[in-house]
Amino acid sequence: MSDSELNLLRDLDYSVVQQCMHCGMCLPTCPTYVETLNERSSPRGRIAMMRAVADGRRELSESFAEEMYFCLGCLACQTACPAGVNYGQLFESARAEIERQQLLDSPKRRRIRRWTLGWLFAEQRRLQRVARLLRLYQRSGLERFVRSIGLLRLLPQSLRELEQLTPRISSAFTAEHHARTADPPDARYGVALVGGCVQDVAFADTNADTIYALRQNGCRVLLPSDQVCCGSLHAHNGDLESARALARRNIDAFAPENVDAIIVNAGGCGSHVKHYDHLLRDDPTYASRAKSWSEKVRDIHEFLVEIDFRAPAVGCGVGAVTYHESCHLKHGQGVSDAPRQILRAIPDVELVELAEADWCCGSAGIYNITQPEMSMRLLDRKMGNVRNTGAPVVATGNPGCVIQLQHGGHREGIDLQVVHPISLLADAYRAEEKVS
Amino acid sequence: MNDPIIDQLRSFLKADQLLTSEEDLDVYSFDGTALLHQKPRCIALPESSAEIGRILQVANGAKVPVVTRGSGTGLAGGSVPVEGCIVLCLVRLNRILALDVKNLVMVVEPGVLTQKIADEASAAGLFYPPDPGSIKISTIGGNVANNSGGLRGLKYGVTRDYVMALEVVLADGQVLQTGSKCVKDVAGFSLRDLFIGSEGCLGVITKITLKLIPQPAAKKTMLALFDSMTAAADTVSSIIENKIIPCTLEFLDRVTVECVESHAQIGLPTDCEALLLMEVDGHPAQVAEQAEQVVQLARAGGAREVRLAESAEEALRLASARRTAFSALARLAPTVVLEDVTVPRSELARMVARIDEVGRRHGVKVGTFGHMGDGNLHPTFLCDERDQEEMQRVEQAMQEVFDFAIELGGTITGEHGVGLAKKPFLPAQLGDVGMAMLRRLKDSFDPNGILNPGKVFD
Repeated sequence: MSDSELNLLRDLDYSVVQQCMHCGMCLPTCPTYVETLNERSSPRGRIAMMRAVADGRRELSESFAEEMYFCLGCLACQTACPAGVNYGQLFESARAEIERQQLLDSPKRRRIRRWTLGWLFAEQRRLQRVARLLRLYQRSGLERFVRSIGLLRLLPQSLRELEQLTPRISSAFTAEHHARTADPPDARYGVALVGGCVQDVAFADTNADTIYALRQNGCRVLLPSDQVCCGSLHAHNGDLESARALARRNIDAFAPENVDAIIVNAGGCGSHVKHYDHLLRDDPTYASRAKSWSEKVRDIHEFLVEIDFRAPAVGCGVGAVTYHESCHLKHGQGVSDAPRQILRAIPDVELVELAEADWCCGSAGIYNITQPEMSMRLLDRKMGNVRNTGAPVVATGNPGCVIQLQHGGHREGIDLQVVHPISLLADAYRAEEKVS
Repeated sequence: MNDPIIDQLRSFLKADQLLTSEEDLDVYSFDGTALLHQKPRCIALPESSAEIGRILQVANGAKVPVVTRGSGTGLAGGSVPVEGCIVLCLVRLNRILALDVKNLVMVVEPGVLTQKIADEASAAGLFYPPDPGSIKISTIGGNVANNSGGLRGLKYGVTRDYVMALEVVLADGQVLQTGSKCVKDVAGFSLRDLFIGSEGCLGVITKITLKLIPQPAAKKTMLALFDSMTAAADTVSSIIENKIIPCTLEFLDRVTVECVESHAQIGLPTDCEALLLMEVDGHPAQVAEQAEQVVQLARAGGAREVRLAESAEEALRLASARRTAFSALARLAPTVVLEDVTVPRSELARMVARIDEVGRRHGVKVGTFGHMGDGNLHPTFLCDERDQEEMQRVEQAMQEVFDFAIELGGTITGEHGVGLAKKPFLPAQLGDVGMAMLRRLKDSFDPNGILNPGKVFD
């Protein structure tokens, strides 16, 4: 841990903390406040708690730490805040300080953190190896066998839910898909794709669709092979040092100077990698490269709209589709209209607006594992709104939301198709080829 | 740390209804007002008026102060705790009890959000007009206790004009019913009216019967840009002189427009000295005619540009953006001290000019916005509470603004209330007789002085 991180909250530029003038405009947009009606579980309350620490009036306590982990980090408050409070920055600093002081430390928690943040998500090739094993378990019939004899009932409730939240591993990972189709000969743009970590092994199809849609729009698509997890899981869980290390490796792997844009198709990752400039601002070697990285990063929807994407001539064979906004796409990146524009451009898609579309679904990174009760309350709320649209398809631009909403479908016993908007666009482009 | 009051409350409240941790005391120690905070003894979250009665009995017996609040968005410190108090937070009493379309009334609990009332009324084709800036989060109980105004005061009046009946738990725990669903009701003194705007000093409001009106069939929203504040103020006067009562006549000065645009990003022009947001509503034919007249009057008054909102969504975006004005000003300074002076409409231009002059003379940055149609201005002082010398200048400037408002026949507060922030300035406006009557009233409702003591007056 570097010296610059000592007393993270006290060292924060005080104006960031003081920016909050406690008007309360954030409260009705905060999912945890609306569910609990407790001031401490509101952005205004959490900032007041951080300010007490920043002022030196209060030491960090376990109850402070618990509250900071009860926060979803959905950033809806940031969109709502007229005063422009940078809640995301405050929240990451608070969690980092909690980890630095080891306030929630327990052998089990340490083990989980070391295993996930320190091992599984630290090397993409390692994650791919684990994913291949998991795929074998899921496809060999072993999973069905284990489920059928009720072996899972031996697990505690929380682990059983977790087992259901485990994504299906893709039959081929992103690199294989990337090699299957070719760049257009007359490419207008050169872009590089952030393949993601979980996305790469469990949602490789979405990556394949992204690559296909980009190529259909005149892009040469690079897939840097040395890329690693973007580090958003680490940053949101108080491990800023690992997040910085991952950011540096990605900047090296991508060489942002050589591409027109760096494309991300996962809302959570996009929101984080757009801020590499802030994350590495004090790094003498990387600060300026991080700045040029951040300038190049685009969410896939944002980019396609920017380059005036081609509307497909035929449909993708769906019908009524509703759109759920990933928090970090909407609140973290301010991308809200572009995905809708893409969906509306597909001839047979009838976009039905979802009530509370930008309300968190409870996935929130690993929140559905760490806070299962609140996560499921939010999922139920979301599913109620989805049901009211009558649409059998939900489009959403973040893998965490996809897993959560699919889980919601299982819980309710309804046949719900959850897809990335870009997959529908790619399907429509493919349908064009068949027609012609 | 044994506290007999907390022990007594714990005997009938569930664990999650009584908060006593240091963190909880911190987060309930302020409301929306700058500079004011005080930690309470504990926070009670009652779920029924019976529980409120028992809490008040405990407090009254031990002479412990009680500060009632909802979402804590007050702007005069009315819901900031006092030392040793029980905070009575009513957010869990949040049910709409009845929507009576035959009598055009809605019966609600005090913790219902104002926006929810507006939405429910609207879904039934009805209209609840009062719309304070914080409508999305303010509770109706807080609105009644502060007699809140909003953007539509000019045509539709304020909260008082929509309260038909109240249930109030008195300081000793007794329950008072006052008012009825009848439009005409002169049985006895109107006790109901005493509680409206009483800022939690006379009783705890536990049920509210609200009047609703039919929804206007049409509305049109316009935006006019001026190169001088005086031209905008004169335009407002000429609109009213021409016997047009728009439902909204809001203005923002250059500083405020810049901040609002920086937050909302809806394309507001940031190079004009004053912006008027105007809305007319009613019968479609009348709305069309009045909108046309308003546009012409604004042009004649020197407006550089007049725009008509093209859709209901655009109109909503404009109104929502206007509502964020106060908070958006916080982008410019760490501390924003918001005032609420109101003057007769005919004196608006003079008042606006004086605010500007006072700010310059004391070297204090001021952003002004407000409800020009009803003379209610919100000069907002942009400062830094850590700079004591600057805060002194702010205080002097404020005093001069208040004095001038009173001199013009106005008031120190149009809609935010007195609370703690305006308390020192109240005697100058009400005089000795007025103050003495307030005290006698307070003593007869709350002889032990437990309800929000030290607010409005000492």
